[in-house]
Amino acid sequence: MSATHAAIATTRFGMGARPGDIAEATSDPAGWLIAQLTDSGPRQLSDVRTSQDGLRALMANRPPGRRGQREPNAQQRQAQEEQRRISRRALGQHISQRTSLAVATPASFTERWIRFWSNHFSVSAKNPGTTASVAGLEAEIIRPLAFNRFEDLLVAVETHPAMLTYLDNARSVGPNSRAGQRRGLGINENLAREILELHTLGVNGGYSQDDVEALANTLTGWTVGRARIHTAGQQGDGIFDPRLHEPGRQRVLGETFSDNGADQARNVLRHLARQPATRRFVCTKLARHFLADTPAEADITHLEQAWSRHNGDLAELAMALVASPGAFAPEQRKFKTPEEFLISSMRALEIPPLPVRTLQGIYQAIGQRPFSAPSPQGWPDTEDAWSGPDAIMKRIEFANEMGGRIRGDLDPRSLAPDILGARLNPATGLAIARASSVSQGLTLLLMSPEFQRR
Amino acid sequence: MTHFIPTRRDLLLSGLAGATLALPSPASAQEAPARNIGKKLCVIILRGAMDGLAAIAPLGDSRYHSLRGSLALDEGHDIGDGFSLHPNLGHVASLWRNGDALGLHACSTAYRDRSHFDGQDQLEAGSPSQRDGWLNRALSVIGPSAETGVGIGQSVPLILRGDAAVSTWAPSVLPDADDDTLARLIDLYADDARLGMSLQRALQTDEIAGAMGGEMVSGMAGRRRRGAQSWGVIAQAAGELMAAPGGPDLTVIGLDGWDTHVGQGSMTGQLANLFTGLDGVIETLHTSLQQKWSESAIIVCTEFGRTVRVNGAAGTDHGTASAAFLIGGAVNGGRLVGNWPGLSRLHDNRDLMPVNDLNALFKGVLHGHWRIAPDDLDQLVFPHARSNTLLDGLLV
Repeated sequence: MSATHAAIATTRFGMGARPGDIAEATSDPAGWLIAQLTDSGPRQLSDVRTSQDGLRALMANRPPGRRGQREPNAQQRQAQEEQRRISRRALGQHISQRTSLAVATPASFTERWIRFWSNHFSVSAKNPGTTASVAGLEAEIIRPLAFNRFEDLLVAVETHPAMLTYLDNARSVGPNSRAGQRRGLGINENLAREILELHTLGVNGGYSQDDVEALANTLTGWTVGRARIHTAGQQGDGIFDPRLHEPGRQRVLGETFSDNGADQARNVLRHLARQPATRRFVCTKLARHFLADTPAEADITHLEQAWSRHNGDLAELAMALVASPGAFAPEQRKFKTPEEFLISSMRALEIPPLPVRTLQGIYQAIGQRPFSAPSPQGWPDTEDAWSGPDAIMKRIEFANEMGGRIRGDLDPRSLAPDILGARLNPATGLAIARASSVSQGLTLLLMSPEFQRR
Repeated sequence: MTHFIPTRRDLLLSGLAGATLALPSPASAQEAPARNIGKKLCVIILRGAMDGLAAIAPLGDSRYHSLRGSLALDEGHDIGDGFSLHPNLGHVASLWRNGDALGLHACSTAYRDRSHFDGQDQLEAGSPSQRDGWLNRALSVIGPSAETGVGIGQSVPLILRGDAAVSTWAPSVLPDADDDTLARLIDLYADDARLGMSLQRALQTDEIAGAMGGEMVSGMAGRRRRGAQSWGVIAQAAGELMAAPGGPDLTVIGLDGWDTHVGQGSMTGQLANLFTGLDGVIETLHTSLQQKWSESAIIVCTEFGRTVRVNGAAGTDHGTASAAFLIGGAVNGGRLVGNWPGLSRLHDNRDLMPVNDLNALFKGVLHGHWRIAPDDLDQLVFPHARSNTLLDGLLV
């Protein structure tokens, strides 16, 4: 029994087994997962550029004057292009480091947990500003706060420069604020709408267009510090500038929030975080991500109860997840995303870090380059989005490529039970044993149904 | 032309043709004989809510300039009655003048909220309660044929998902797996219906792409190395797949990036660049469909429109009605169909009034192009949108 549970623990909750992981988890599979939450483990990335540094470098070469009024001269344009190149390279290196950490870490449940929140609060590199900042949201906010309370995480995420840039709040101005009055600027409700629809209540969470507008009003003032306008320490950071803030109290979900500047939006966010609809929406997404495309009501309720008991404490929620009724159900009801497939393959074969460009090409080819989800909704989390014919073909080609890269003494016949444990089907074992080459055996292992599912 | 030397992949596929019969399929699909309908349909979904007032601008409407402010166009390609296509839709405009393109303005699905994701779901499923796509249901009505629908990209879009067999196709940068490995995987997937089905479909689509000749395939690979999955590559793949002998009758293309909240632009700028891209997609489809052009129809649609007024960031926010196009040699075009609500009254005092129904356009195309009977459209393809009458006479 616990042998099966150990095999499940490494892949359903972790990023896939490295050789030896299943043996280590066998005595107490759930405890092995929970220990990862408190175990220090290498959770932080060293040596990656912060969002603030990235954004500040981009601003440095912008010509003075308002956007669109002054054209950069040739020298400034060249300097801007150079900064953009540096940003793209920095993002590539960040992705590479993040991948290496996930491949090497013994605490891969933590890495999966961080990725879940990163996708919940999805930001994408779609222009120079986001390219310079999106990776920082995960590194600076989600990694340190992924086991704090949900509302602390929410407030920190929504006021981070990457989110303010990606969902346009940096350009939203209260029409009755000082800047709004003087320059005739107005609201951009994009961030407010996505907070309600995607980050907290969910699309059916019972909010109205008025709530969107009121939340957008409270969020005005939260912007990214700009060159020449803000202090050096503020430039490129997520800051509150009262000159942009729409004055007055706001009514959101029937509750009135007085205008206390920066705290007005924070108070609304905490109020949203405590709504039952938010609890339900987030717990359902968690169960869908870890357990089943169509999560069981019992599992969702179990998570909701833990959320209520511990006021949205995410460490408690992670422990509740591992203890949920369906946590170790034998059915494999999840199909790995391309990223999960890539990282679990590299863990299984102990592939050393790949060159940055090679890795980027692979992410692109398998269809899930980190920090480039197609919309604020993030990457899809169900099988039908990922198991299309072409996607399967790309996975086969990737497995084929990896099978050709590994060192010669790797024996797929002994590797298969080591990384799949009790989940290994006899038919897969037989197919691997009959493979025409080591490389083909590894391709069959990585493409087996039990490796593709979790 | 190239000599056709059967590879192991071909033999594999001929073996699979027998295996297909053993797979579960809807009862109705087994009775109807396979028939080649031959008429090509391409559906382009502009994801993110395209601004219909920028695509087909009512320059003659007295309120247009005051409401649109800095987003108002100075001029465009005049299509009569006070309307102009965006200046960057030059190829569409020339097709329009030739009678190969028409527009439906102020149109929407029945969706009235402003979430992209729900809006796209409704656009693709046909109604909020359906979990499969209306194009897939249309394929089921037509009956099985070798020419399935193909989504261009790595995953199957909702509009194509459902019981009928469909496939996806995207050019590859990774090395091909050898045929022996593929054969072994097919065996390994004997008990995993979904993976088995996906792999089998992938092999069939690969086969059509491969049979189009080495020149195109290597050309694609070269282009892809320079600009992966660019719109041009996608459009060319769709056109050439449909034009190939035995190629699919239906392709679906999703084009992202239409959510212009900030700095939308007017004559030039962000949205103008997107229109240039879309115009290029239409031109590439026109060229690559070759002699099939006269039997082709292309639907260009989006989940909803955008606010009429400019927002605080020189962009527009989520709205309601937008515009759609029907383009192709089979189209009875050169005109705007449907009604025009004017700009004097706005939906929720912010959006273009939705007075025309997108589903009526879809039904009109399925009826006029693929000869699906109105009863079947009402009962099988759009069972939850029966009240919408179809737009007749869209096709020649």
